[in-house]
Amino acid sequence: MKEPTTTSRLSRLGAALMRDNARQYGMAIALVAIIVLFQILTGGLLLTPLNVTNLIMQNSYILILAIGMMLVIVTGHIDLSVGSVVAFTGAVSAIMLTSWGLPTVVVVPLALLLGALIGAWQGFWIAYVRVPAFIVTLAGMLVFRGATLAVLGGESIAPLPANLRSLSSGFLPLQGEGLHLPTLVLGAAGAAAIVWVQWRARSRSIGHGLPVPPAGVTAASSAVVVAAVLAFTYVLAQYNGLPVVGVLLIALIAGYSFVMRSTTMGRRVYAVGGSEQAAALSGIRTQRTTFWVFVNMGVLSALAGLVFTARLNAATPGAGTMFELDAIAAAFIGGASASGGVGTVVGAVIGALVMGVLNNGMSLIGLGVDWQQLIKGLVLLLAVAFDIYNKRRATSGRSVSLPLTRRRDGNGGGGGGGGRTPAPARASSS
Amino acid sequence: MTDQERRPAAPGGPLLLMRDIQKEFPGVRALDGVSLSVGHGRIHALMGENGAGKSTLMKVLSGVHPAGSYTGEILVDGEPCAFSGVADSERAGIAIIHQELALIPQLSISENIFLGHERSRFGIVDWGSTHARARELLRRVGLDENPATPVSALSVGARQLVEIAKALAKRVRLLILDEPTSALNEVESARLLELLLDLREQGVTCILISHKLNEIMRVCDEVTILRDGRTIETLAVERDAEGTPSVDEDRVIRGMVGRALDQRYPDRTGEIGPVRFEVRDWTVDHPAQAGRRVVDGAHLTVRAGEVVGMAGLMGAGRTEFAMSLFGRSYGRHVRGTVLKDGTELDTSGVAEAVRGGIAYVPEDRKTLGLLLDDDIRHNTTMAALGRISRHGVLDPGLEAVEAERMSERMRVRSHGTTQTVRTLSGGNQQKVVLGKWMFTQPDLLILDEPTRGIDVGAKYEIYLIVRQLAAAGACVLLISSELPEILGMCDRIYTMCEGRITGEVPRAGTDQETLMRLMTRTGDRP
Repeated sequence: MKEPTTTSRLSRLGAALMRDNARQYGMAIALVAIIVLFQILTGGLLLTPLNVTNLIMQNSYILILAIGMMLVIVTGHIDLSVGSVVAFTGAVSAIMLTSWGLPTVVVVPLALLLGALIGAWQGFWIAYVRVPAFIVTLAGMLVFRGATLAVLGGESIAPLPANLRSLSSGFLPLQGEGLHLPTLVLGAAGAAAIVWVQWRARSRSIGHGLPVPPAGVTAASSAVVVAAVLAFTYVLAQYNGLPVVGVLLIALIAGYSFVMRSTTMGRRVYAVGGSEQAAALSGIRTQRTTFWVFVNMGVLSALAGLVFTARLNAATPGAGTMFELDAIAAAFIGGASASGGVGTVVGAVIGALVMGVLNNGMSLIGLGVDWQQLIKGLVLLLAVAFDIYNKRRATSGRSVSLPLTRRRDGNGGGGGGGGRTPAPARASSS
Repeated sequence: MTDQERRPAAPGGPLLLMRDIQKEFPGVRALDGVSLSVGHGRIHALMGENGAGKSTLMKVLSGVHPAGSYTGEILVDGEPCAFSGVADSERAGIAIIHQELALIPQLSISENIFLGHERSRFGIVDWGSTHARARELLRRVGLDENPATPVSALSVGARQLVEIAKALAKRVRLLILDEPTSALNEVESARLLELLLDLREQGVTCILISHKLNEIMRVCDEVTILRDGRTIETLAVERDAEGTPSVDEDRVIRGMVGRALDQRYPDRTGEIGPVRFEVRDWTVDHPAQAGRRVVDGAHLTVRAGEVVGMAGLMGAGRTEFAMSLFGRSYGRHVRGTVLKDGTELDTSGVAEAVRGGIAYVPEDRKTLGLLLDDDIRHNTTMAALGRISRHGVLDPGLEAVEAERMSERMRVRSHGTTQTVRTLSGGNQQKVVLGKWMFTQPDLLILDEPTRGIDVGAKYEIYLIVRQLAAAGACVLLISSELPEILGMCDRIYTMCEGRITGEVPRAGTDQETLMRLMTRTGDRP
C-alpha cells in the first residue's frame, strides 16, 4: 500500500478548500434570488436608492443583534433576553439624556458599559454557576422588561437630542447636489481593500506551497466583488449617501468576521461550542470564553438599544419586543447549528438580510403582517431543514466510504465522493 | 469461500445465509460480494479491520439499510427475506445490539425491556405481568437486579445484559452483538461470554463482532473474516480438551490485514536518559464524595526516552491520576508536587500543564479528545494555536501545511485534512487526537487506553508513533488494561490498585501473572 506523496495530498487539500469556499455562496445565492424576486414583484421599487437606504436603517439593530447572537449560538447557548436588554438600555440612555441632561458622547459609552454589566451578570450564571442559558436569559427577559417599565414609569420618553438621532438616521457629511461623493470614495476604497486582502491571501498560499486557483479565477472573483461594492455605493450615493449606521455595521461585520475567522480568540469560541469538554482538555478556558461571549452580547444589545431608541426618537416600554426571535432566526437561517460550534458572522448577516428583504418586499407589494409572519416562519423552518438534510446526505454516504477508498488513494487520487459536509466550511471561514 | 467442512447442524441447512451482498454508497462500494453462512445454534464471529464492512453487513441484515438499497440474497431458514426496516428483521427473530447501547437511562429495566411492545390490555400497562416476565428474563441473562431499578443506576456491563434481555423478550433467534465487551472490564466480559455460551445451549444463534481476538477464540464456533468489503474466508474453530482453539490468533490476523504481522509491537530504539518528571505524594479526592481518596499518595518517575506503563483494573484510579495531573481536570483537593527536571511545575490548570509540556490523550476520545463536527485541521491545531498564529492572528496557510504534515506523520487515512473527524474510523480518530498532542511538542505524553476499540493494523501504527516519540527523548506514560500491550510497549511498569501504587517492576522478567498479582494487591497499606 503506497502512501500518497505530500504534493498530491496538498493538491487534494487545495481542491477541498476551494470546494468549501464555493459552498459558502449557497446562502448568498438564496439572498440574491429573493432580492431579484421582489425586485420583479415590486416593479423595481425594492432597489431604488431610497428603499435600499431604508432597508439598511430598518434592519440595522437586528443585524447588530444577529452578530452577537451568532457568537452565543456558536458557543452552544441561546439568549432570549436581548429584546428586553435593548429596551432597558434604551430607556436608561433616554433618562440620562433628558432627565440628567448628560451629553450624547458620555451617554453612549455609559450605555455600552451598562450592556456589558448585564451581559456579565447573565454570563456569570451561565458560565460559572452553569444554569442553562435558556433559563438565565428567560429570567433576564422578564427582569429587564420589568426594569424597563420601572425606570420609565410605564411611559415613553421623547423626543431625544438630535445628535443621538444621527446615529440611526444620519448620513455621512458633505451633502451636495447630485451623487454623494464621499460615499463613492469610501466604496472605491472598500473595494480596493477587499481586492488587496484577496490577493494577499493568494500570495500567502503560494508562499506555503499550497495550490491556488488560476490567476484568472481570482481576478474574476475580484471583479465581481468590485462591481458589487461599487454598484451598492452608487445606489446609495444617488440618495443621501452612506448612512452613519451603515458605516457602523460595516465596521462591526468586518471586525467580528475577522475575529471569528482569523484569530485564536475566535477559534476558541468555536472549540468551546464544538465540545466544551474537549476544549477544556485542550487548555482552553471554557468558562471564561462563555462569560465573555455573553458580555459581548450585552454590549451589542446596548448598541442595538441606542440605535433603535435613536430611530424611534423615543424610549418606550414595549421597545425591542420579539427582537431576540428575529436575531435567533437570522443566525439559524444563516447556517448556525443549534448544537453549537458551527456558524459564521457573514452567515448571520445574510440570514438577517433574508428576513429584512422579505419583510420589506412583502410590505411593498402590500402583503399584510399575517402573511409576512407566516412566510417568515416557513422560510426559517425550510432553511434549517434543508441544511440538516444536506448534512445528513453528506455524512451517511461517507462514514462508510472512508476505509475502503483509502487503499485506492495511493493509485489515483482517492474518491472525493458524495458531497462535503457543510459544517467545517462554515466553522472555518465566512 | 464458505465451503469448508461443517459440523452437522440443526436440520435444513444454515439459519442464515447471505449471498453475494453488494452495497454501494455514493462514490464507494462498501460491500463487494460478501457471503456469510451461520448455522443453527452457533456462535459465529465476524472479524475484520475497522471499515472492512462488518457493520454495514449487519445493517443490511437488520434492515437498517432496507431491501433494494443493496443487491444479493438474504435467506433465513431457507426463506428469502427482504427487510424494509428494523421492525421487519425483528419479526424474523433477528436482533442487533449496538456498540452504543439503545437504552433509555431514566426508565426502569422492565420499561426498557418491553419498550415498544409493552405488555398491556387496551393500552393500559399490566405492571404485574411486565415485572414478572422481566424478572424471568433477567434470571436468564444472569442479572440479579430489581426490574424496577432505573437503567441509569446500572453499570455498563449490567446495561449490556439488559439489552440482551430485551432482545430475548422479542423471541430472538439470531442475536448480533457489535463490540459487546469494548466498554466492559475483565470480569464483566468473562460473564458476558459465558452468557453467550448459555444462550447457545438454549438455541440462540449469535453473530459476534469484536476486536478482541482472545475472546473470540474462547467462545466462537466459526470465524468469518472480512477485508475491504469482501469475504476472505470462514474458519471453523474447534477446541481440544484444554480449550485450546484449533485456529491460532496469528492465523486470523493474517486474514484480517492480508499479510502476516510478524510483530505486534515495534522494537525499542534510543537510549533512556535521566529522570525528567517526578510526581510526589499525589493525592486526589473524589469530586462528589467528600473524603474519599481516589488517588492516594502516588509517587512515580519518568525518564527521558522511557515508556512507563501503568497497569491496573478498572476503577484502580489510573485515569483519575492522569486527569488530575493534567491541570487538575479531575477531582477535588488535588495535592502533591510535580517536578520537571528537578524544579516544581505549575499544573494548576490545563493551560499551565500544556505549557509545562504535559499532554494527555484521553480514554474517551470522542467526547474528550475531539471536536467531532470540525475538520482534521482544526482538531490538530486546537491545543497549540500559538504555533500557527502571531499576536493572536491565525495564519490559515501555515495551519493547513502543519496539519497536513502532522496528519501524514500520524498516517491518518482521510480524503484530506478538511475532512470532518466524525466521519473517520476509530483508529484514524485516535491518530488525529495523538497528532493534536504531538503538535504541542510535549515532554511528557500521557496515553490513556490509546488502542481501545482499534484494529490491529492501526494499533501497530500507534505503537510505532509512541516508540518514535520516546526515541526522540520524550517521556511517555502509558495507561492500559491490556497486559500484553503494557508488556510489549513499556520499559518499566507501575501497578495501581485502589488509588495506590502497589508495585514497580522493570519489563524484563515480568509476566502477566506478576502484574495481575500486583494489580489486585488490596488492603496492605504501607
